[in-house]
Amino acid sequence: MTKLLQTFVNSLALGSLYALTALGYTLVYGVLRFINFAHSDVFTVGAWASFTLATGAVGHAASSGVSGDKLYVLMGLWTAVAVGLTLFHHYRRGLPLEGVAKALGAGSVFLVGLLLWVRSNATPTLSVVPVMLLAMILCAMLGVTIEFLAYRPLRRAPRLNVLITAIGVSLFLQNVGQLKFVFGTQPQRMPALVEDRSLLEIAGVHIRLVDVLVVVLAAVLLFALEALVYRSKLGRAMRAVSFDERVASLMGIDVNRIITITFAIGSALAAAGGLLFALKYESIKQPADATWVLLGLKAFVAAVVGGIGNVRGAVAGALLISFVEVFGAAYLSPHMRDLYVFVILIAVLLFRPSGLFGKSVVEKV
Amino acid sequence: MTAALEARAISIAFGGLRAVDQFSLSVPPRALHGLIGPNGAGKTTVFNLLTGVYKPDTGDIRVHGQRLDGKKPSAIAKAGLARTFQNIRLFGELSVLDNVRTAAGVRARSGLWRSLVRTPLYLAEESAIVERSLDLLEVLGIAHRAGEQAKSLPYGDQRRLEIARALATEPKVLLLDEPVAGMNTQEKHEMRGLIESLRERFDVAILLIEHDMGLVMDICDHITVLDHGCTIASGLPDAIQRDPRVIEAYLGVPEEASEGGS
Amino acid sequence: MTDGEKKPAGQGPRGTLAGGNPRGVTVGDPTRPLAARVGAFRPNPLVAGVRSLYPIVIGLVIALLLQTLVAPMLGPFYAKLLLDIGIAIVLAGSLNIVNGFAGQFSIGHAGFMMVGGYASALVTYYGSIKLGWLAPNAYGVDVHGGFLGSGDMLFLFSCVFAGVVAALAGLVVGLPSLRLRGDYLAIVTLGFGEIVRVLVQQTSDVIEPAKAAGASWLTAAKHLGGPLGFTGTPTYVSPTPWLENAAGEQTGHAGIFFAYAIVSVLLVACYRLKSSSKGRELLAVRENEIAAEAMGINTARAKVVAFVTAAFFAGVGGALFAHEIGVTLNPKELGFQKSIDLVIMVVLGGMGSITGVVLAAAILTLLPELFREFAEYRMPVYALALIIVMIVRPQGLFGIKELWDLGFWRRYVIPVWRKIAGGWLIPKGEGDLPAAIAKRLSTERAGGELAKAKDSPSQGARRNGS
Repeated sequence: MTKLLQTFVNSLALGSLYALTALGYTLVYGVLRFINFAHSDVFTVGAWASFTLATGAVGHAASSGVSGDKLYVLMGLWTAVAVGLTLFHHYRRGLPLEGVAKALGAGSVFLVGLLLWVRSNATPTLSVVPVMLLAMILCAMLGVTIEFLAYRPLRRAPRLNVLITAIGVSLFLQNVGQLKFVFGTQPQRMPALVEDRSLLEIAGVHIRLVDVLVVVLAAVLLFALEALVYRSKLGRAMRAVSFDERVASLMGIDVNRIITITFAIGSALAAAGGLLFALKYESIKQPADATWVLLGLKAFVAAVVGGIGNVRGAVAGALLISFVEVFGAAYLSPHMRDLYVFVILIAVLLFRPSGLFGKSVVEKV
Repeated sequence: MTAALEARAISIAFGGLRAVDQFSLSVPPRALHGLIGPNGAGKTTVFNLLTGVYKPDTGDIRVHGQRLDGKKPSAIAKAGLARTFQNIRLFGELSVLDNVRTAAGVRARSGLWRSLVRTPLYLAEESAIVERSLDLLEVLGIAHRAGEQAKSLPYGDQRRLEIARALATEPKVLLLDEPVAGMNTQEKHEMRGLIESLRERFDVAILLIEHDMGLVMDICDHITVLDHGCTIASGLPDAIQRDPRVIEAYLGVPEEASEGGS
Repeated sequence: MTDGEKKPAGQGPRGTLAGGNPRGVTVGDPTRPLAARVGAFRPNPLVAGVRSLYPIVIGLVIALLLQTLVAPMLGPFYAKLLLDIGIAIVLAGSLNIVNGFAGQFSIGHAGFMMVGGYASALVTYYGSIKLGWLAPNAYGVDVHGGFLGSGDMLFLFSCVFAGVVAALAGLVVGLPSLRLRGDYLAIVTLGFGEIVRVLVQQTSDVIEPAKAAGASWLTAAKHLGGPLGFTGTPTYVSPTPWLENAAGEQTGHAGIFFAYAIVSVLLVACYRLKSSSKGRELLAVRENEIAAEAMGINTARAKVVAFVTAAFFAGVGGALFAHEIGVTLNPKELGFQKSIDLVIMVVLGGMGSITGVVLAAAILTLLPELFREFAEYRMPVYALALIIVMIVRPQGLFGIKELWDLGFWRRYVIPVWRKIAGGWLIPKGEGDLPAAIAKRLSTERAGGELAKAKDSPSQGARRNGS
């Protein structure tokens, strides 16, 4: 019974972060009809960025020679790039995103200040939220940049070309992330931002604070996304673009802007997933390690299983995948956990390619 | 005499939409049968049903008596039913000759294995394939472009290439989907002569989808009119031209319900 | 049939069908079916046999020359490089069949390589033990016999076996692929590569020679080395032959010869595939699957054949790789990273171009070795190259064309070659015709010139029109 409950809690936590990442795949597929291979690497960057920010927040290097201050430099660089891009957009194409750039810049400054304050005081647990938000902002900017530089020029190109480009971007992120002046090739251990204490005890199982935090944070973000996509004007525009891009643009929706925002949101969610992963699992392998590819792949499988393009389906798929993986690992063989997920992928693609909640599209001959 | 192409009460529905409802058709050998109707009437869907792209929900399809519904498009093509496409579907990167070659190769006996080993049969068939392809290109007036990439061809030549490619499969029935769409009068005139002569020269029955009424009325032996998936009229061109239901489908009913004029 | 339009003088309807004037390339009656024409072209079987075999023979001779003359001249470092290039060509060339010819996006090709590699290692390692060819210290197995001796025969058999096993795997992957579109197919092939990797990692350590002699093949198949790799494979593929083993015997591991012999078989197969009408069907499937199906091409069969053929050669490549000197077959090394390396070679060389992929494989094997100090930057640079190529020149180096399709080659190189070697060894380019047809055309054209002179008006009009 204890094992069952423990496994259930684990799978819930893992499912939460799969859900966050899967949403990135599904949102981008919805508007662009293409699978962003590089999305799992945004997740990786999110995890690493969280690590670097966290070490900055707790004020010491978690292990060999990694300085948290390095990321503040990177952040400054990114903010400058992002602001520059938005200003460029504004002045070249008249997009009124100045306000967003200002907000992002101000928000980043505020959050950094908050982190420094936390660093000078106690309770690192408080720093989880600012770290998460900063990582999200960072990865949102990364996602937007990728879209602008690598995918936008290929908007009209055959699908295959964009796919290859996405693989290229994925490789690029992985391997640049490994360079000495970025994240390095050493695996690291996430500093314990959250105290390792158990919150509840049910039937002999200690439900750790970390797990609860992961699930709660994920749930908050998911509800926020649900509200955005289904109850806001922006969300309506996003859904319109995903139904028919041409008609949406005829209705006055700025499709490029929607796509940019979609990438930003998807990447931010992946970053949140990365942070939660780092919080729960603590050991962070180097960026080009196969484990990240697998994680991203499983999140992708979750999106497909739920019906790619379908927001609620992505969450359902993520929970399903994580249940199968974690229960399989606990009760069958832990070595084959990847296999279980792939088997589900292949079964779904063969027998119900539109996923649990998706609808099939007929090609016009 | 068995009809070259016969469809009996074929239907298909997509979700809740009945795209084609109980469509029937009989085309004698060497006949030129027109299929017309307003946009969205389901004409191309009928073609897709006949060629096996979609499987009909009901009814059956026969070519020279051989039952073909439910088979794969490649099997249907091998049975003698060839088509061209409304939105031209050429093998763009390949040369003009290649486009016809690949289709002509369907009638060859040697397969991939013999191609790799280059048996005498393969070599003979390869030369025969090329010869036949060149003949077809010549007769359609595009042999001088044999080595060019298909996608670089001017529009009219691309349509001719599609026809050459379809003819390469030695069909008994040829389905032409809007073969003169987008052409000027001069080109249409040439194509008209070409299509008319196809049936005698190549011994094929032709089913033609077209919007150019002048052309259709001139060359077709028999016309079927489709609207919203249903056959609303079928008969000789003169009768069709005067049929009030056809006029209504295309032009609508005049406000003062007077005698329908043309 | 009037439309009131006056045709401008001199412009007749085009094509002979509408009654216009025949001109130019008249060869015959278009309605004659294929079966009726074949008889006229039957070649002499002996000539056909020679034509069929001579490229392979030339390939083997070149491989032998490379091994015996070129390799010693290059010295050990560059000879090893030559060997690596050969293996890379086999692997990338096989991927080209699936990605380039058939247009199916497969990014798990290293999985086939792994299947083949392990299958062949199974045969050579445990086979050597059962045949008693142990290393002097009995900790492993040794290569046995001279050049093309019994050891080499076992190795070659293991290569074929590897190819067949990998081809079966290709069938397993190819069949489901029929229902999947581009992106999903890529994911499934990726998944396949990962599944093979996981399964191999589950195997137990390799059995020591002493205990292995009595083990059954089934048991042996479960002991493939696990995560640490298949230690102890005999090195039949080394760049420098005529080594001497510990006992002073001369043992030949003519790696370069084997590799390039297989390269020549693969390249001939690819060329023949690409230039035959049947092989063009694959390209047709790549270009427009729906149209191909409508023209009678069995697209499902074509795709599966592409997968199986590609997998076969990848398996053989894996076998070569597994027995290479200094290589321990290892699941980590043959994972996603390797698949991507191969994909990059195919994409940069031009998907569907044999010469392009050969060139890319050679360059991309050479560069990392020459620029070893920058090993760290290899992948970022490759990745960037991939992105830039896709944006700026998506067809890669050659696109779907071959070297001999390029303008400058046809204008300068081929005429010179013709003077030297006549019509031999000139590969068929895009617009080229089989010899029998070309001959007939040239005689027709000669006769047709006179006819043309009488019917001149339509000529010029046609050339100017449309």
